[in-house]
Amino acid sequence: MPTYQLKVNGQPREVEATSETPLLWILRDDLNLVGTKYGCGIGSCGACTVHLDGVAMRSCQTPVGKLAESGQAVTTIEGLSDDGSHPVQRAWLEHDVPQCGYCQSGQIMSAVSLLQNSPQPSDAEIDAGMSGNICRCGTYVRIHAAVKTAAKLQANS
Amino acid sequence: MKKLNNNRRNFLKVSAATGGGLLLGMTWLTSCEREVAIEEGTGFKMPPRPDMPDRWSEVNAFVKIGENGVVTIYSPNPEIGQNVKTSMPMIVAEELDVDWQNVVVEQAGLDTDNFNSQLAGGSQSIRKNWTILRQTGAAARYLLVAAAAESLGVPVAELRTEKGIIYHDASGKSLGYGEVASAAAGIEVPEDIQLKDPKDFTIIGQGKKNVDALEIVTGKAVYGIDLQAEGTLIAGIVHPPAFGMELKSFNADEVKQMPGIRHVVTIDAKPGGAEMQWSDVNAFPQLIAIVGDKTWQVFQAKKALKVEWTTTSAGEFSADHRKELKELIESGKADVARRDGDPEQAFEDADHIVEATYSAPFLPHNTMEPMNFFADVNGERALLNGPIQTPEYLRKTVSAVTGLAEEKVDIQLTRMGGGFGRRLYGNFGVEAALISKAIGGPVKLVYTREDDMTQGTYRPDYLVKYRAGLDAEGKLIAFHVRGAGTNGSPVFANRFPAGAVENYLAENLSRESNISTGAWRAPKSNFIAGAEQAFLDEVAEAAGKDPIDFRLELFDRAIADPVGEKNDYDAERYAGVLKEVRVKSGWDESGNQHRGVAAYYCHNSYVAQVLDLSLKNNRPQVDRVVCAVDCGIVVNPEGAVNQIEGGIIDGIGHALYGALTFADGKPEQENYNTYRLIRHAEAPKKIETHFVDNGIAPTGLGEPSLPPIMGALANAMYKATGKRVYDQPFANPTLRG
Repeated sequence: MPTYQLKVNGQPREVEATSETPLLWILRDDLNLVGTKYGCGIGSCGACTVHLDGVAMRSCQTPVGKLAESGQAVTTIEGLSDDGSHPVQRAWLEHDVPQCGYCQSGQIMSAVSLLQNSPQPSDAEIDAGMSGNICRCGTYVRIHAAVKTAAKLQANS
Repeated sequence: MKKLNNNRRNFLKVSAATGGGLLLGMTWLTSCEREVAIEEGTGFKMPPRPDMPDRWSEVNAFVKIGENGVVTIYSPNPEIGQNVKTSMPMIVAEELDVDWQNVVVEQAGLDTDNFNSQLAGGSQSIRKNWTILRQTGAAARYLLVAAAAESLGVPVAELRTEKGIIYHDASGKSLGYGEVASAAAGIEVPEDIQLKDPKDFTIIGQGKKNVDALEIVTGKAVYGIDLQAEGTLIAGIVHPPAFGMELKSFNADEVKQMPGIRHVVTIDAKPGGAEMQWSDVNAFPQLIAIVGDKTWQVFQAKKALKVEWTTTSAGEFSADHRKELKELIESGKADVARRDGDPEQAFEDADHIVEATYSAPFLPHNTMEPMNFFADVNGERALLNGPIQTPEYLRKTVSAVTGLAEEKVDIQLTRMGGGFGRRLYGNFGVEAALISKAIGGPVKLVYTREDDMTQGTYRPDYLVKYRAGLDAEGKLIAFHVRGAGTNGSPVFANRFPAGAVENYLAENLSRESNISTGAWRAPKSNFIAGAEQAFLDEVAEAAGKDPIDFRLELFDRAIADPVGEKNDYDAERYAGVLKEVRVKSGWDESGNQHRGVAAYYCHNSYVAQVLDLSLKNNRPQVDRVVCAVDCGIVVNPEGAVNQIEGGIIDGIGHALYGALTFADGKPEQENYNTYRLIRHAEAPKKIETHFVDNGIAPTGLGEPSLPPIMGALANAMYKATGKRVYDQPFANPTLRG
């Protein structure tokens, strides 16, 4: 099996896998970064959302071979902050968003990306930016409020 | 009974060996109590976890106290997102009288000797454990106070506690719980333990953050699917593609050559002779398991495996389901579940009869974390760990299928990525155990989303026909409910409006199916509440009455002079939430909103809702939901509101979009590209929750807000469009079977 050089959460990592192996499973099975979740495997639920060069992407739809070729840097939920101090994490904690919590890594990664593109998003922009992430527990109202709080926190920092 | 891997039991031995005597001179933690008041919009930084002590003393099965005063409280029940891992320890901490900031919560494994009913289901965790948890906390407090009394040489009665400190006011002396905990071990607990007066509660009734929130938002919370242990292989299953099919043969030659693939085995999760439990619902007990090094490798091999299936019973079609249920409703021989007065005569006498039929399709659970389990089974013992709502029953079945004695089966619990009833049925845990046994090593079984959605144990489809007879004044004089479903009727015969109508008839019909069905968040209520509340709206309209007035008149009857003796609700509390929601929603000052109301009682809690709807590009948009809830004492308001909101969003989503359909026994949807769950943009813009706090012992909230919202939604859709909706999913009738 070929080996690939990746940059994950600021660290160089080497992994051995077939080229079509999705980043999701490289993260989870090879790099022990299990905060990125498997939900559907077809890019429909958003649970596996990570950032490639700062942009939210579905890691289940990102083959490791192509990723290594592109040289894009990967950021996972573990790379946001270790202590929950990222403004989006602090907003999530203030609003006590999680129920089961399983989808929240992906929700947070989508929210961070949304706020980078649109630092003061309108309700419609939040709706559009967050609708790729499913939450079966139904925490959407809290997620919406937390994105707004995070926008405020980022503006003030 | 000896158990494996019971660290806490081992700990008890250790503490007895090293304990004894007071650990004087230790500092305790109240001096560093951290302020965590949050100003809205300023974010929240979790305070660091308290420093872990070197030595712990186990006070009882729920509580251990560190020499520095840190308190560990074990949460006994499975955590599926209903937040009992926060609320159950809060109850213990309240009576123990400790500072919540110094509490560390740990998930207990299955321990039937020490814990009561470790099951997540029916919204019962808080209701069934309320008194036990209080007594446990109070008993632990008593032991600590008694140890302090002995140490200080003063009577127990002269001591008081506050936030983990025991004070002797007369002498000005004080001792921290951590200083006396090791001496508390041998003291006997009296039979009568004094519980706090609820007015003195300082933790219960205060909003507390989810104890795992920091781990969740930093990606560190460990779910079953995340478990990793040295030497663990990944297992996947291949089950028949359709209900009514079984495994005939397969050829694994090619698959065994694929990278990372180690084993291809068959397992039988329901072997003849093994005693099964109610939780062993499983349409596909005979499976092929593929075991390999990495998840992706196993998933690829699953797709490549060549299998021949054989048909053992006819594959079903959703269109036939509906036809059969209709035929049953029209001409089937029903079981009479309840009959009051003379309903036939009353319908004859009625001035006006309203009649309507409602239906809903099959639903998969769709927990975001697919089914999975870790198992390490050998000839001596079984170690299991993972997401399960019924660990006690899983242990029984694993024992039965492996031949190991129950005490040789250890089950630990992870935080779960949703339950909704699916993880009541532990077939995936049994499968993991059998795969581990077959290959002779530890495995983590992981379902794909497609495995998960097509495996069965669904909420069955339902059809219900209502008739109501009104007299000339618009009074309800006769009521008839006749319900049918796959593998069971959805009717609760003793629920409202039973008890409020003189002449009442409830009938049950059922059809058998080879598609497996089971409990799904608020079983049966998740359909019948919406149907009943939509029907009552239609009847109120026919009676020329405001829908809330109409219901309140019925409750007046049920309060003053109830019909029958088996009514399962308290009419005053039921009416109470309706009155509350009327005020809080501004019902009587309604403007141009399209507004629907519903109220329901299930799982021991009362909920009333008013939903405001508008149409945007001909699509329903929920602008606001106002919800009034009576669940007695609200243990953790922050978590409680979250549960209510979640149930409302989940209910709206499934009523609008949810449907699993079948063609020749094969589920026609198997992932989120074809199965539609509610998305962020489709959620209500605003949800307001109001609790009727009446000091009554608390009941659960994991389910009660979901059932009625389907009725409130249907009633608001009628206001918006002028057309009644009868068949779910409301937003896409073509998906209806």
